[in-house]
Amino acid sequence: MPKPNLNVLILGIGNVLWADEGFGVRVVEALAAGYRFGPRVRLLDGGTQGIYLVDQVRWADVLVVFDAVDYGLPPGTLKRVEGAEVPKFMGAKKMSLHQTGFQEVLALADLLGEFPEHLLLIGVQPVELDDFGGSLRPEVKACIAPAITLARDYLAGFGVHCPPGSDPDGGGHAQLRDLPDPALALDVYESGRPSAASAYRHGDPRVLAAAGAC
Amino acid sequence: MSIQTPNGFTLDTSGTRIVVDPVTRIEGHLRCEVNLDEHNVIRNAVSSGTMWRALEVILKGRDPRDAWAFTERICGVCTGTHALTSVRAVEDALGIQIPENANSIRNIMQLTLQSHDHLVHFYHLHALDWVDVVSALNADPKATSTLAQSISAWPQSSPGWFRDVQNRLKRFVESGQLGPFMNGYWGNPAYKLPPEANLMAVAHYLEALDFQREIVKIHTVYGGKNPHPNWLVGGVPCAINVDGTGAVGAINMERLNLVSSIIDRTIDFIDQVYIPDLLAIASFYKDWTFGGGLSSRSVMSYGDIPERANDDSAANQLLPRGAIINGNLNEVHEVNLRDPEQIQEFVAHSWYSYKDENKGLHPWDGVTEPNFVLGPNTKGTRTNIQEIDEGAKYSWIKAPRWRGHAMEVGPLARWVIGYAQGTPEFKEPVEKVLTDLNLPVEALFSTLGRTAARGLEASWAVHKLRYFQDKLVANIKAGDSATANITKWDPDTWPREARGVGTTEAPRGALGHWIVIENGRIENYQAVVPTTWNGSPRDPAGNIGAFEAALMNTPVAVADQPLEILRTLHSFDPCLACSTHVMSPDGQELTRVKVR
Repeated sequence: MPKPNLNVLILGIGNVLWADEGFGVRVVEALAAGYRFGPRVRLLDGGTQGIYLVDQVRWADVLVVFDAVDYGLPPGTLKRVEGAEVPKFMGAKKMSLHQTGFQEVLALADLLGEFPEHLLLIGVQPVELDDFGGSLRPEVKACIAPAITLARDYLAGFGVHCPPGSDPDGGGHAQLRDLPDPALALDVYESGRPSAASAYRHGDPRVLAAAGAC
Repeated sequence: MSIQTPNGFTLDTSGTRIVVDPVTRIEGHLRCEVNLDEHNVIRNAVSSGTMWRALEVILKGRDPRDAWAFTERICGVCTGTHALTSVRAVEDALGIQIPENANSIRNIMQLTLQSHDHLVHFYHLHALDWVDVVSALNADPKATSTLAQSISAWPQSSPGWFRDVQNRLKRFVESGQLGPFMNGYWGNPAYKLPPEANLMAVAHYLEALDFQREIVKIHTVYGGKNPHPNWLVGGVPCAINVDGTGAVGAINMERLNLVSSIIDRTIDFIDQVYIPDLLAIASFYKDWTFGGGLSSRSVMSYGDIPERANDDSAANQLLPRGAIINGNLNEVHEVNLRDPEQIQEFVAHSWYSYKDENKGLHPWDGVTEPNFVLGPNTKGTRTNIQEIDEGAKYSWIKAPRWRGHAMEVGPLARWVIGYAQGTPEFKEPVEKVLTDLNLPVEALFSTLGRTAARGLEASWAVHKLRYFQDKLVANIKAGDSATANITKWDPDTWPREARGVGTTEAPRGALGHWIVIENGRIENYQAVVPTTWNGSPRDPAGNIGAFEAALMNTPVAVADQPLEILRTLHSFDPCLACSTHVMSPDGQELTRVKVR
């Protein structure tokens, strides 16, 4: 039976400046642009925030998290993990700055006695992280639509329906949307990138080696 | 073999080498190596940023009016301070004046960040270096209540409350998911608090975690949203409409009153919980006088929190601007961010290349050309370094210097400068703390002094928050509702070439962004962040940086439990995400401590 008045938090985490690290935020951006949500659904670009997110997590009865996760699967693979398994995946093999962070966010919410009743992680196995100022790789970008389908199906199980369309600006909805600044919107971000000739893009060879790139 | 550094430290690399990588409970990735003598005292310290950031190259060719949105994404903690620094740099380049209300609102945003960041740092990133969580399980809740009531009037202090916290902690620990308490060196002899003080601190850890969400609501009111508030070149992006019937999202009386009530509650929390806890904890560590490093010799602040808009003079900054060198507190030097001879970055020991690496470059002429090479004495391989060779390049952090001096920046630097200038609002609280704890002024120059300065600054900041909120309301009531100047919004009004510098005092120290604009686009962008100063490697002359200096001569109780190293590094509130230029190698091991 669908429960009434569930607070739903749809959270994208990661850094949009670091190639596939931006997956979670880009999914939330695409959801906000293409779908309509009820008054108790909050869409949040969590960036690489840590402690700030504790309060958001505490508010939620249902939490859906999108992120780039190292599952040890082929790059570009989408995987969903539910409930108690989620923190393990977010901490087991940390790929970037924010992941220890988010595992800790969940633990802190738990310590304060408010943990979402329902928790879903939709993660993608990234192709490329070490491309600073870069955007999603095609394989990862292609996962945005199926990731959205997984989330909508999951939410429909709680009687929370998100039909295609867009919510009108203003009203109560504006306060439930926290999305990247338009300067960081996917197309603007991609088209405004300096050329590879003028801007070095890669990092520490130790990292490239760990990622199997050299 | 021992080496004398020009900035007054004797380095000896003969003892046991200890490697801590990564240093946890910080933002970003830091590796630290030290040599211990036969008494387990640190005689050489090496701090290496293991992360490449590449902000500069991400911004090249972008619209300068959007730079703040990119810089806000560099870091998971100090989003707003980068954004503010960025808009200031662009305004400086283009000669844009901002309205008074915009100045007040920016100060409110910045002071909110200071209050929030310091509080969260103390309880959630640093307290566990002083507080033994596991010991709290053995505390008597009644004795804890007596202790709490003896130091503060904070109402939440009954035996029942502390018993409840203790039970919650017990359940959490027993469930096996230590979470934030994982990797602690619980039971280490360097922990000095009795169980009751530990329980009190853990209880306030939880209360602070619950309370901190209130403070950041101020960012949502004035920045439109959080955690990534909006900023605007030329002012602030919020309209003021006190009648509250106009544009959605405009600042009305209801929102101004909400901010006001949050400020009052934050003052209570900081003054009745944070400060008493700080003093109580410090009283048990009075003989732990280590970690001063550069703070008694060379400190610097750019100044911040301008009283009036559009006045960049040092006298207009409520947080002081200046530099102290060679330990001479009688002279505070002027700091000029435009002077090519003053701030320069060196790369002799950083993984970058310059044409002439004996020379430093002013940020306007800054070059970020990576060059990952290891010295001949490196142990291990390029992809798996066992031991760094600090005689060669060894960090992704550059080495900024002020007139050739390695400087400490941050709360302690600001408060030492304010103290040296004799400004009552800095001098008096410092003297009160020293008197209350019965400590000499030298005690200020220590890890604990750094932690105390942060607490004093949190209190200072939240009272200044009250001041600027009242100033804003008074100005609005006097009929001024301007929040932005958009006369130079259009790039057609800009010169073909322009360069500017923007600064803030971020919670963790002096932050500067230098921008070069050509034909309406960013040609060069260099950020010198607080952790670039504090975490800097050696320079060509051999001066060690602030982290390295602060670790020197500290005894470590248990060699493979680097609690004292973490304590001192955490006292700087390091934020490596922006000071260095990567992603870490993926960390299957949460912390590796190797004793060699």
